Amino acid sequence: MATNPQSKVSGAIANGAKPWITHDQEPFIKISNLTKKFGDFTAVDNVSLEIYREELFCLLGGSGCGKSTLLRMLAGFEAPTSGKIEIDGQDMSGVAPFDRPTNMMFQSYALFPHMSVEKNVAYGLLRDGVSKNDAYSQVNEMLKLVQLEDFGKRKPDQLSGGQRQRVALARSLIKRPKLLLLDEPLGALDKKLREETQFELINIQESLGVTFIVVTHDQEEAMTLSTRIGVMNEGEIVQVGEPREVYEFPQSRFVADFIGSVNIFEGRVSDDAIDYVRIKSEDANCEIHVSHGVSCTENQKLWFAIRPEKMTVTHKKPHKTKLAKFNWISGIVDEIAYQGNLSVYRIKLESGKVVRITKSNRLRHDEDEITWDDKVYVSWEDTAGVVLTQ
Amino acid sequence: MRKSFSFSSVATVLGFAFLYAPIVSLIIFSFNESKLVTVWAGFSTKWYVKLFQDPQILGAAWISLKIAFISASLAIILGTLAAYVLVRFRRFLGKNLLSGMITAPLVMPDVIIGLSLLLLFISMESLFGWPAGRGLTTIIIAHTTFCMAYVAVVVQSRLGDMDESLEEAALDLGAKPVRVFFDITLPVISPALVSGWLLSFTLSLDDLVIASFVSGPGASTLPMVIFSKVRLGVSPDINALATIIIVIVALGVLVAATKMKPEKGY
Amino acid sequence: MGHKPQQGLLGWFKRRGRTLVIAIPFWWLMVFFLIPFAVVFKISFAEAIIARPPYSQLFTFAENGVVQIKLVIANYGYLLEDSLYISAYWSSIKIAFVSTLITLLVAYPMAYYIARSPLRRRNVLLMLIILPFWTSFLLRVYAWIGILKTNGIINNVLMWLGITNEPFVMMQTDFAVYVAIVYTYLPFMVLPLFTNLVKLDQSLLEASNDLGANSLTTFFKITLPLSVPGIIAGSMLVFIPVVGEFVIPALLGGPDTLMIGKVLWNEFFSNRDWPVASAVAIVMLVLLVIPIMLLRNAQNASHEEGA
Repeated sequence: MATNPQSKVSGAIANGAKPWITHDQEPFIKISNLTKKFGDFTAVDNVSLEIYREELFCLLGGSGCGKSTLLRMLAGFEAPTSGKIEIDGQDMSGVAPFDRPTNMMFQSYALFPHMSVEKNVAYGLLRDGVSKNDAYSQVNEMLKLVQLEDFGKRKPDQLSGGQRQRVALARSLIKRPKLLLLDEPLGALDKKLREETQFELINIQESLGVTFIVVTHDQEEAMTLSTRIGVMNEGEIVQVGEPREVYEFPQSRFVADFIGSVNIFEGRVSDDAIDYVRIKSEDANCEIHVSHGVSCTENQKLWFAIRPEKMTVTHKKPHKTKLAKFNWISGIVDEIAYQGNLSVYRIKLESGKVVRITKSNRLRHDEDEITWDDKVYVSWEDTAGVVLTQ
Repeated sequence: MRKSFSFSSVATVLGFAFLYAPIVSLIIFSFNESKLVTVWAGFSTKWYVKLFQDPQILGAAWISLKIAFISASLAIILGTLAAYVLVRFRRFLGKNLLSGMITAPLVMPDVIIGLSLLLLFISMESLFGWPAGRGLTTIIIAHTTFCMAYVAVVVQSRLGDMDESLEEAALDLGAKPVRVFFDITLPVISPALVSGWLLSFTLSLDDLVIASFVSGPGASTLPMVIFSKVRLGVSPDINALATIIIVIVALGVLVAATKMKPEKGY
Repeated sequence: MGHKPQQGLLGWFKRRGRTLVIAIPFWWLMVFFLIPFAVVFKISFAEAIIARPPYSQLFTFAENGVVQIKLVIANYGYLLEDSLYISAYWSSIKIAFVSTLITLLVAYPMAYYIARSPLRRRNVLLMLIILPFWTSFLLRVYAWIGILKTNGIINNVLMWLGITNEPFVMMQTDFAVYVAIVYTYLPFMVLPLFTNLVKLDQSLLEASNDLGANSLTTFFKITLPLSVPGIIAGSMLVFIPVVGEFVIPALLGGPDTLMIGKVLWNEFFSNRDWPVASAVAIVMLVLLVIPIMLLRNAQNASHEEGA
């Protein structure tokens, strides 16, 4: 019921605590070796995950990656084929959806069409035996929180998409669940509204101190909302980390490519030292120098990944004092897309590989403007990219 | 585009004329003074008066209404269960058989259904002593069986359109499955239940062939009485009866259509 | 690690309630729809006797305790011998086929027009299609007697206009039977056609026009092939029940109008030969198996399309 066990640590994560690094509290949700099979198809494949109290955790992945199935197992709509889910130390095996300390906000919102907004929001409280008076005063408070206090008597089909989304949120929060599951909560909203609502969602989450698990396919949304992101692919969690970590230090080509855009050069280790590594790449037609050690062996095949905004494009050959022969390539400008705040260049290298570089348009008029078919030099710092072994 | 459009619109007008001309002629000649139903001899309501003085027709109408009411109500329960099971339960033994048995009565010729049910009732009677003789009970069983097929079709399509996450949301908010069915599923599919019930009611009221097979002495339904009268030739009091039925049905459909309109939004 | 059976009401519901919910409609249909066919099949091998019920038992217990089984195949032989039955089957199928075709030709433009109408008009027209279906079938057939009779409305109008002096004989002919069949089964054809045509993506037709096809070519190359499932479903919904139709040939047909539904009815009610009536029904059922299969496939196809 409406007890609030979180109060003792309330706000810790909002204030910058990172229990996933410090390990100073027990994980709130413990998923161990969870697998779900539908016939021959494995939707969720041996997933283990620990999520802490008051986190806003995003499951990010393309369609069919198993993120929704994982969410539905947390809610109790699907029974795991094997593995275990614990919420707040309680084993969830065999616990029916209506007995779980979780609530869910559905992608379609699933508002009961024959009930008014008030009745929709009150439904969960009334099922728990809360008295009508109590229930409706809580409903009023909740509607105030989502700024819908004047819409209580309306039916769902008399609301706009944004309002419906807020009713769905209010209905799923009214029981103060230990864990709120959100399936593409902003998916049905248009771009502008989505951006506003993202921050609203974070505010509500922080003020109520409820743990959120959000399923989304939108990487920007995941980056904005979450304390940590779990990237999923083909039923597996491929990387878990804070948004910056996942973006700047992807652990695989899949993650590097799925989140943001990236240029990937395939190559082999030509020089492996303690504090640097050099990669010979035919894609790049140059030797790549990376200023940190990588655990690898001589001649091992690996990949160098670098974000478009971390590369520079110039007309003049970059002159560097040290390491002058590394980390620059010449090429021809193939395409330019002017997007206002930034421009995207597609540059064809001598090897034939095309790289993508973005440059922010800081000047309104550029004397030395790069244009189609120019011969240019692409260069980068030796800390700008990451080396991937898978 | 233009050409085929106008062809189909002309064909549609003719088609509707074909559909409604006989009904209009039934209504017009129910107010005819003459006993001949085809020659106009002045306005009269005497056939209506005669109709309401005919104890045979009134008795049969009462029997038919009783049968229709009970059969439609049973058919709604059984048909909704069948539809729910077929749409919501992923896999079970005999699912294909059930879906076959639920659609077959829609097209099965009446004579076959009637004959087979009668022979079943007779065999059951000689084996278990039930049903003892034939009459209201056997007609109700027969009508329930073919009406539930119609109900199942109507409810199935409504359930299929319904967002399944509505039921999941109620479960998630703490409602137990039976409660979810009554709180969420039933209200959402209620328009289908209403039209399924009305459809069953009129189908039962309308059936001649099956009732003729499975009925017994003392249980003559309205269509059976009409059929025996009509075989002897046209009679204007039947026109009067037809007019009354048409008016009731038209009003019912109009009311239902206007009542259900606001719910079309979802 | 396997998962434990679910606790609480959902668990109970899933284990017992589920079976119960399936069992109720399943066994109702088993007992009152499927098993009756087995009974008909059994009795089609019995012998007609004057008794209550008027057929012999297949299984008799002889005095020495041996069960005797007596199957009479003569009922089926009888159907082959007497040309009445074969020609009745043949003429039922012919009448059903021809009237299905006519119904299709009448219904298709109507369904097409309704599907292309703006939403408001579409709903009104659909209601008008369904409305007659709600009024008594028997009375709608009866209405045609008054129209088609020798001194009926059509003949009165024709003679009044001076088009003819002699009334046309239309009642108690196959013509009257065709008219009434097309009339009463029209909604069964229009509705599945409509459901199919309304799903047709308008941009397909525009694409076809855009690629240079005129509207007639577009119709035959795009609309018609895509509406085949609707055509099959509608045709089977008309064909199957018409094969066994009784009321229409009984009221509007003449003595020459042979339809198997009427034959079965007479065999049962007038001749009281229940075994032969059963054999007639069994053969009719066998003939209808293929159309019923076709219907099921068409319906399954359209279900999958919808999903």
